[in-house]
Amino acid sequence: MATILAVDDSASMRQMVSFTLKGAGYTVVEAVDGVDALNKAKTQKFDCVVTDVNMPNKDGITLIKDLRALPDFKFIPMLMLTTESGMDKKQAGKAAGATGWIVKPFNPDQLLKTIKKVLG
Amino acid sequence: MSIDMEQFHQVFFEESFEGLDIMETGLLNLDMGDVDEEDINTIFRAAHSIKGGSGTFGFTSVSDFTHVMETLLDEMRDGRRQVTQVAIDVLLGSVDCLKEMLTAIQDGEDVDTARVSEYQKALEVELNGSSSEPQVTEEIVKESPVEVISEQGWQIAFSPHSHLLKTGNDPVRMFRELSSLGNLKTTVDLQGVPDFYELDPEECHLSWKLELVGNIQEQEIDDIFDWVEDDCDLSIQTISDQSIEAPVVSQPQIEAVELPSQAESEKENTIAISTKPKAKKKAKESTKPAAKTSSSIRVDTGKIDTLINMVGELVITQSMLSLVGENFELNKLDQLTNGLSQLERHTRELQESVMNIRMLPINFVFSRFPRLVHDLSTKLDKKIELVLIGENTEVDKTVVELLSDPLVHLVRNSLDHGIEMPADRVAIGKPETGTITLEAYHRGGNIVIEVRDDGKGLNKEVLKAKAIEKGLIEEDAVLTDKQIFELIFMAGFSTAEKLTDVSGRGVGMDVVRRNIQSLGGNIEISSELGKGSTIAIHLPLTLAILDGQSIAVGGERFIIPLGAILESVNVTEEMINRVAGKGETFRLRDEYLPIVRMHEIFDIKTEATKLTEGLVVVVDGQGMRCGLFIDDLLGQQQVVIKSLEANYRKIEGVSGATILGDGSVALILDIPGLVRLSNQ
Repeated sequence: MATILAVDDSASMRQMVSFTLKGAGYTVVEAVDGVDALNKAKTQKFDCVVTDVNMPNKDGITLIKDLRALPDFKFIPMLMLTTESGMDKKQAGKAAGATGWIVKPFNPDQLLKTIKKVLG
Repeated sequence: MSIDMEQFHQVFFEESFEGLDIMETGLLNLDMGDVDEEDINTIFRAAHSIKGGSGTFGFTSVSDFTHVMETLLDEMRDGRRQVTQVAIDVLLGSVDCLKEMLTAIQDGEDVDTARVSEYQKALEVELNGSSSEPQVTEEIVKESPVEVISEQGWQIAFSPHSHLLKTGNDPVRMFRELSSLGNLKTTVDLQGVPDFYELDPEECHLSWKLELVGNIQEQEIDDIFDWVEDDCDLSIQTISDQSIEAPVVSQPQIEAVELPSQAESEKENTIAISTKPKAKKKAKESTKPAAKTSSSIRVDTGKIDTLINMVGELVITQSMLSLVGENFELNKLDQLTNGLSQLERHTRELQESVMNIRMLPINFVFSRFPRLVHDLSTKLDKKIELVLIGENTEVDKTVVELLSDPLVHLVRNSLDHGIEMPADRVAIGKPETGTITLEAYHRGGNIVIEVRDDGKGLNKEVLKAKAIEKGLIEEDAVLTDKQIFELIFMAGFSTAEKLTDVSGRGVGMDVVRRNIQSLGGNIEISSELGKGSTIAIHLPLTLAILDGQSIAVGGERFIIPLGAILESVNVTEEMINRVAGKGETFRLRDEYLPIVRMHEIFDIKTEATKLTEGLVVVVDGQGMRCGLFIDDLLGQQQVVIKSLEANYRKIEGVSGATILGDGSVALILDIPGLVRLSNQ
């Protein structure tokens, strides 16, 4: 089963995402911000990245941009979790190499459906 | 798959309250003249997280409210809006309001909607210049997409830009999704593929003509291409718009693949991603109370690591000792003593690191003061700077929690009575802005917290006159400076000429002192007229361990808190003074102190019943002194306090129990309680 990197500075959101994905059988590695995620990405391969946008240290968009520069992350799906109001964020995210987005608020079923969609 | 979202609520509440504290501190620190973008960003991020979380966990009222705050902060962040004191005050008020909302939701109580809408209005006025409801328009746009349905099906021309694959989007994935909507026929166009030698395998040069047959909404197709809208040329037309078969002959057609329709089997699953389970969520919010209060504690992982390390050491020592114990011979005695002393050291270190886990930085209390000082100084028209020193000094969680109220009282007092009005300060050559300093530091086994101000200080003459007027001291009493300052701790003493709603809420300094003493600490005051006052609180670092003196009464052993003992004396017949019907007293230097016979209070049989046969320990319990008559003093030791109340019931004169080294139980005496008991 696929391994997913879940990045969010909010512990409750991180737990929710991680719990949902683990429940569906995925392996999940959690990271608390962009810097943490990038460090983890350098030591391990992932099949998919799900990241929050607004984070301290390194925001989600910069993270996606940095990850895309790593050979193992060139083509994998990377999704950002963003709020409805963040339309401009979607554009910036796309420009940085994001595959798509999941609009907050979302429920576990919506998350899982999107993940299944990109991981096939 | 259904997941119980409630399991994440506690974490959500905890992090939201933390976020609110961050917002509050951030807002208070904003420097109007020179606003740092990163400061506003931090505040924005906290609001944003609360909004995201509350939306996800179904607290729509919270997310709607935070949305307005977020918009305001966003405009400040971008520089579209000036940071004004009014805006900051509105935001601070909203932080309070959010705190109340979250607390109510956490406790399963109703949210005070009147108050919420009052703050929401204030925010909207700040945002728009008038109170409107910006969400409403947004909602309308969201709820009414134009529904276009084609019964025959759709013809889609899809030409991805060459970089599409590098966004992680795979055309095959999109085709798979399309095929779940209806019968899909794909035709690939190879015209854009360059010569083999120029081919970059990481780029996409194919384009497709797709035919999707079935009763399908346009929105469903749009959703599938939503992510790649800007990364491709896309046209979606109903099949009836043009002839169904319109192959462009000049293009080399390679293959036409028919993907089987999954529409029948998956019909229920094909709802587009961001549709609205909103009504459901609202119902959930109102029905489920989450009445859990937080008794959890956040511990630095470093502390846990130390603990685990210590346990590891302990395990090694244990296995070493059991090795020595196997076939023990006398020549192994050295190893045994070594092992035992190692065990002792490790146990002590383990105890220390466990105690350390309960330690929190005093900042948990200090952090609320910037807001308090900000609000009160605005209210009183005073200019005050608050200085915090030693915020990272650690103290037991219980002490931290109980320390809050007394400190608030002291700081309020300094603000209200200590610091002068700005004009008065300038007139006597002081800087216009007064300073209140809160400082915490360790000294010995105690933590000391000082509240200092550079205000007018205590006037000894006024204090003394007041005490005489109130009949608290005799007119001709001769008092030292210290004793005069101590007067303000006496019940019924208040120096403020008029009571304001800042201080003087009926809780006096006597209550503050009693609270501190009940924590096993004491409070001292020093002051210089015209220069300011300092109040120092000394507290034990922990309430779980106590330095005790064990004593013997008959066959029983008791523990007296070491701090309560003044001295121990062997009384002689001449010192004893019996008053008929009023018990016994003894003369210690110039004083007569009542004698409390321990064996009588606890009904213990003992040999030593004559006062001259035992010892009298002079103890001080909240200012009342007396002599405890006991058999003998045994030794001093640190004892771990076990609650009697939790395990049995409350007993007057006893504050708890402990287990001694030999496994027996000893009661810990509550000296003030014992003094009260002996008076009855």
